[in-house]
Amino acid sequence: MLELRNISFSVIDENGETKPIIRDLDLTVDDCRFLAITGPNGSGKSTLAKLIAGIERPTEGRVLLDGQDITDLSITERARAGIGFGFQQPVRFKGLTVFDLLRIASGKKLNVSEACNYLSEVGLCARDYINREANSSLSGGELKRIEIATVLARRSRLTVFDEPEAGIDLWSFQNLTRVFQSMREDIQDSSMIVISHQERILEIADDILVLTAGVIDRYGPRDEILPHVLGTESAQSACDRLK
Amino acid sequence: MVELTEIQKKLMAEVADLHKIPEGAYNFRANSELAGRNTTANIDIVSKADGTGIDIHIKPGTRNESVHIPVVISKSGLKEVVYNDFYIGEDCDVVIVAGCGIDNCGGQDSEHDGVHRFYVKRGAKVKYIEKHYGSGDGSGKRILNPVTEVYMDEDSVMEMEMAQIKGVDSTDRQTVAELKKGARLVVRERLMTHGQQEAVSGYRVTLLEEGANADVVSRSVARDDSRQRFDARITGCAACKDHTECDSIIMDRGTILAVPSLEAKNVDAELVHEAAIGKIAGDQLIKLMTLGLTEQEAEEEIINGFLA
Repeated sequence: MLELRNISFSVIDENGETKPIIRDLDLTVDDCRFLAITGPNGSGKSTLAKLIAGIERPTEGRVLLDGQDITDLSITERARAGIGFGFQQPVRFKGLTVFDLLRIASGKKLNVSEACNYLSEVGLCARDYINREANSSLSGGELKRIEIATVLARRSRLTVFDEPEAGIDLWSFQNLTRVFQSMREDIQDSSMIVISHQERILEIADDILVLTAGVIDRYGPRDEILPHVLGTESAQSACDRLK
Repeated sequence: MVELTEIQKKLMAEVADLHKIPEGAYNFRANSELAGRNTTANIDIVSKADGTGIDIHIKPGTRNESVHIPVVISKSGLKEVVYNDFYIGEDCDVVIVAGCGIDNCGGQDSEHDGVHRFYVKRGAKVKYIEKHYGSGDGSGKRILNPVTEVYMDEDSVMEMEMAQIKGVDSTDRQTVAELKKGARLVVRERLMTHGQQEAVSGYRVTLLEEGANADVVSRSVARDDSRQRFDARITGCAACKDHTECDSIIMDRGTILAVPSLEAKNVDAELVHEAAIGKIAGDQLIKLMTLGLTEQEAEEEIINGFLA
């Protein structure tokens, strides 16, 4: 179970003034839940994801995982405590291969066939990718799928995805939702927090949280929240991306 | 012939991946003495009459054979200059493994300056692997100044892998290549310096005739207070192609100077240079930390991958 207690996060802007991004936010995510966080651009969604993974530290408030205070734990310590994180913009590495990343993610001596399974899950032909460098020679869509594969290989109890559908190119939402489903089934008591304003992702969530200007606007079961966000910036259909 | 000591055996393993006597032709040099030699029906190794080095003759058409010529120095204060000439016959396909390891536990500098000249005949293919390694905790420096000259005839291919990852205090490596029609040169250089080390790597590649092609890629990491200089000059005299790339990770208080230069003497010469120097990107460290590595482990993975 993840608990955020009175979390605030602010930055100093170019004028030297304090700009609040997240304001006094309380949130509890139980085990075995799939929470989708949506909201308008600039509402603080990605910051909230980073606060959970430890990439940003809250200005105020505490973060608890299974009752243990993890506010002061580093990114590494949080990863080891069972928090996984999927980046919105995949990181490129000169020299590190796709296999290297999967090996590091798995935290064990990974064999090639296991690595191939993770790549197959995200619709990549393992043979073509396993030894390639995760660098700019790969397209944004390929890197994004490799990013998701590294999160799969991590097998975390709580996984936070920041806009997993961004840049997925020809790979379909259907496959992405299948990946989420198999993660939930494979990892006991696991939860998932997905930042997204794609309607099709909101539709498969157990709960939906709408974040607006750093505060919780609405939070509850999907069927209760979804009607309020459909047709707004917080719930776009897949075709909206083409407009 | 002399028996190798344990330290010398360790150096051999580092520079030539040799844990036992290799198959094929070889010439071992330890503390300026011949420590072992083998020739084959196709590969002959002859000491120069004036004692300054060896000549390696590879018969035309020799395929799938290898030559190992590692050098080890374990005596402090030893300085030597060695000339090794390779004559590679037409249509050969061979692997040449060189490399030098210095273990210096004493107070005097130890230095090996190896001059390797390759005469690669028409259609021959050579893979050349050279590793440099230093060890020992003496105050004397471990110095390696290799000169590699490659003269390539028509349609010959030379692939060079050169690595210096650990322990060499000072190095000034100069590589000169001249390529005739259709010849192809591929260089992959890996260099890491640390402590107070200094490294210079210079290339003078001349693409003399039509269809000559060079691809020179250098990756380096400068840690601590070390200093590096990469200096590549490529000259295209005909309708030829070159791609040169130097890519460096800078850390701590390291200094890196990249001096790329291209000279085209023909309107159809296509010469490209890419150079980049930068520290390890913060988002790379963060990504690996979200996968459970510490910052230090993440740094090591990134460097190992970069230099692999």
